Amino acid sequence: MGICYIPPDTRKPYYFIKPWINYLQDKNRINKEEIICYHCGDICKEGSVTKEEKNFCCKGCKIVYEILDENNLCKYYSIDRNPGISPKVRSEIKYEFLDDVQIKKQLLDFSDGNTSMASFFIPQIHCSSCIWLLENLYKLDAGITHSRVNFPEKKITFKYLETKTSLRKISELLDSLGYEPLINLDAAEKKGRSSHLKKLYYKVGVAGFAFGNIMLLSFPEYLGLEKFSEPGFHKLFGYLNLILSLPVFFYSGSEYYISAYKGLKNKIINIDFPLFLGIFVLFARSVYEILAQTGAGYMDSMTGLVFFLLAGKIFQSKTYGSMNFERSYKSFFPFSVTVIKTGKETTIPLASLKKGDRIIVRNNELIPADSILFKGDGNIDYGFVTGESLPVQKVLGEIISAGGRQAGGAIELEVLNDVSQSYLTQLWNNDVFTKEDTSRLQSFSNSISKYFTIAVLMLAAGSAAYWMPYGLNIAVNVFTAVLIVACPCALALAIPFTYGNVMRIFGRNKFYVKNASVIEKLSKISSVVFDKTGTLTQSGKSEVVFRGRALSDYELMLIKSVAKNSTHPLSRKIYEHLTGFETIEVKEFAEITGKGISGIADGNKILLGSELFASGNPNAAKIRTFGKSSRVYLSINGEVPGKFEITNSYRGGLAETITRLEKKVGLHLLSGDNNNEAEYLENLFRQPHQLRFGQSPEDKLEYIKGIQFGGNVLMIGDGLNDAGALKQSDVGISVSDDVSNFSPACDGILESGSFTKIPDILEFSRLSVKVIITSFSISFIYNIAALFIAIEGMLTPIVAAILMPVSSISVVVFSVVATNFLAKRKKLS
Amino acid sequence: MSVIVVLIGISVLVAGGFLIAFLWAVKSGQFDDKYTPSVRMLFDDDEKDETKK
Repeated sequence: MGICYIPPDTRKPYYFIKPWINYLQDKNRINKEEIICYHCGDICKEGSVTKEEKNFCCKGCKIVYEILDENNLCKYYSIDRNPGISPKVRSEIKYEFLDDVQIKKQLLDFSDGNTSMASFFIPQIHCSSCIWLLENLYKLDAGITHSRVNFPEKKITFKYLETKTSLRKISELLDSLGYEPLINLDAAEKKGRSSHLKKLYYKVGVAGFAFGNIMLLSFPEYLGLEKFSEPGFHKLFGYLNLILSLPVFFYSGSEYYISAYKGLKNKIINIDFPLFLGIFVLFARSVYEILAQTGAGYMDSMTGLVFFLLAGKIFQSKTYGSMNFERSYKSFFPFSVTVIKTGKETTIPLASLKKGDRIIVRNNELIPADSILFKGDGNIDYGFVTGESLPVQKVLGEIISAGGRQAGGAIELEVLNDVSQSYLTQLWNNDVFTKEDTSRLQSFSNSISKYFTIAVLMLAAGSAAYWMPYGLNIAVNVFTAVLIVACPCALALAIPFTYGNVMRIFGRNKFYVKNASVIEKLSKISSVVFDKTGTLTQSGKSEVVFRGRALSDYELMLIKSVAKNSTHPLSRKIYEHLTGFETIEVKEFAEITGKGISGIADGNKILLGSELFASGNPNAAKIRTFGKSSRVYLSINGEVPGKFEITNSYRGGLAETITRLEKKVGLHLLSGDNNNEAEYLENLFRQPHQLRFGQSPEDKLEYIKGIQFGGNVLMIGDGLNDAGALKQSDVGISVSDDVSNFSPACDGILESGSFTKIPDILEFSRLSVKVIITSFSISFIYNIAALFIAIEGMLTPIVAAILMPVSSISVVVFSVVATNFLAKRKKLS
Repeated sequence: MSVIVVLIGISVLVAGGFLIAFLWAVKSGQFDDKYTPSVRMLFDDDEKDETKK
């Protein structure tokens, strides 16, 4: 086992910060408090190990280092600083199910029996070291022939030889390195997501090719050179233009005809209908002119229009690959479960789990269905469902509802309900999830295009009627010219470029929206509904302060020992706060609901609880909230040295955010929690009657439905228990500490650090709609000017060829510049 | 002037070649991930350096 030597590499930018990193690490070695793990960068606490002068926070990290060291892969540590993932946070998922032929078939992208190809989603991918290591996997497993990382999608695609390795072995290898692949039912169901974008690229390629060449061939026309050239060229160029435009008309533009047709079928004139009209008239008239030799046609305008429209579509289709906005509970549930059948453990796919089955759930595994605890100590973490991270203790015979995660030893359970009928999952049987997503809001472009189309058709017919006495030919010319000129291409461009740019600006502010229409919906919000736990509060964080006389280490040790025995959230918080102390056995432990806990540790009687309970003072209050903190009084052998103040930590800048929001929209709060902190929250919100506590997931959904009569609702939540409300609301935003981690189905994901930007985001969405209206006015001026030309019967190809791109480009430039400018002013850039 | 016909033919062919190259690039997935290759090109594949101790 050689010590890795990494030669300094001056070509890399991080070389220059290397001495600084070394300095930091040296300093850490001296100061024992801040030793950083060489592998994962965590602070080393108790139980840290050292090897070859490198510190590791745990054995797991050291093992990963050793694997890499043995295989000469230590460069991993030189690309990014402390790049590893601590195996502490990893679950112990078993991969036996990957040997199942059926499951394997679902997961493999391709297999010829010998070579197979598959891809895994690995949320832990976070830096360039990750890319490097995962692309060098073949050094760790000779069966892997090739591996590629897609960083934005956090995906690894690999080819391997079935004879030398297996999907299971590769998964176990990845897991042992800290890159736990996320394999779930959804992963198998969704494939070929990017195919739509690929088609758009094909179409824009074809349109761009035709547009460029047709413009080139139309140059003699623009410059009026046809008089000087041989008459044959004129004909030849016309036919060439016609041939080049055919794929554009029939292939590239096809999306617009389909969309317009679909709209008409639903009795809606959408924005694509006038576009279709424009494209069709341009094409038909050009074909006629070329074949009848009456003119050069407007093929350049037609292809240019299609090209710009498709480019706008691509610009707008900015997607966040690693995020998934369509998750149902299937994304979070494991692929398979371990069941006991006739005394033997076997893995079966989750779908075939039945009522009455006996299952085994190991440490960190998810409970897939409501069940009864049969064997073992249940210590269930519902953080995933409610956002509350304190585990709940369960005893034998108790019902454990689905969605919890076991923390501790393996437990045996008997399944009570089918997976789809469990407490948590039946939320997905609600109508909101089953019916097609029909937005209540009609988009701005669609509502405008109806009047626009009717007005244009009437204008075209009117001017045709006016020219009729001068001959049918002229009348048809004018009719088509009006339709060509009035084609709302500028409007069709203003929308994708404005929203596409706004999406990018939001992305820079750590707010990721599903698609562009969300921005328009956000601009029409009149009420905002918050969830409490995990949304207004920081998940899993609370502050514990002791007020009173200083306690000795011995006393703290006694308190910790007593608190350890209780599952009450406040006791757990005190227990977690007192790190670095051993615990001893506690005798005569008692927990009195609503009052507190007591116990004798090392002969000392410790009481923790309300003031009345601890001090015996009859005038004292019960445990209650003072502002936003709870107080727990302490008594040691009859003496009351002071109290613990436990503050649920609300997000920074919360009060300010709420005050700003209240000026514009109505605010509501739906909490699944009890009303412990009602007092603090009532002071925070101006309309305290709109705060609801103890709400079930269904209650939340119904509440949203109720207030939707009064306007459009934005729901901001985080847990799976908000999933129904997020779906029912007009816009659902989920708040997450790590955006690539879990989030329920929603329209947008907000990184928790950007929570205070919510008022700005709403304001900016409103402004962006104003930008579109302004762009539309600009394009309207062009249209009116062009209409005069057209009605006068003077629309020559050269005028059309100049007008079309100039109006389109100026609208695009305006919308992008205006949104960027406004973002800067709103400090969102 | 008939040379123009030849030139036009060539220009369309060349442009068509580029179009085919573009379509092929899309098909082979070169537009699927526009970020990772920019990181990947910074890794060296000098394995000899690593085995030095």
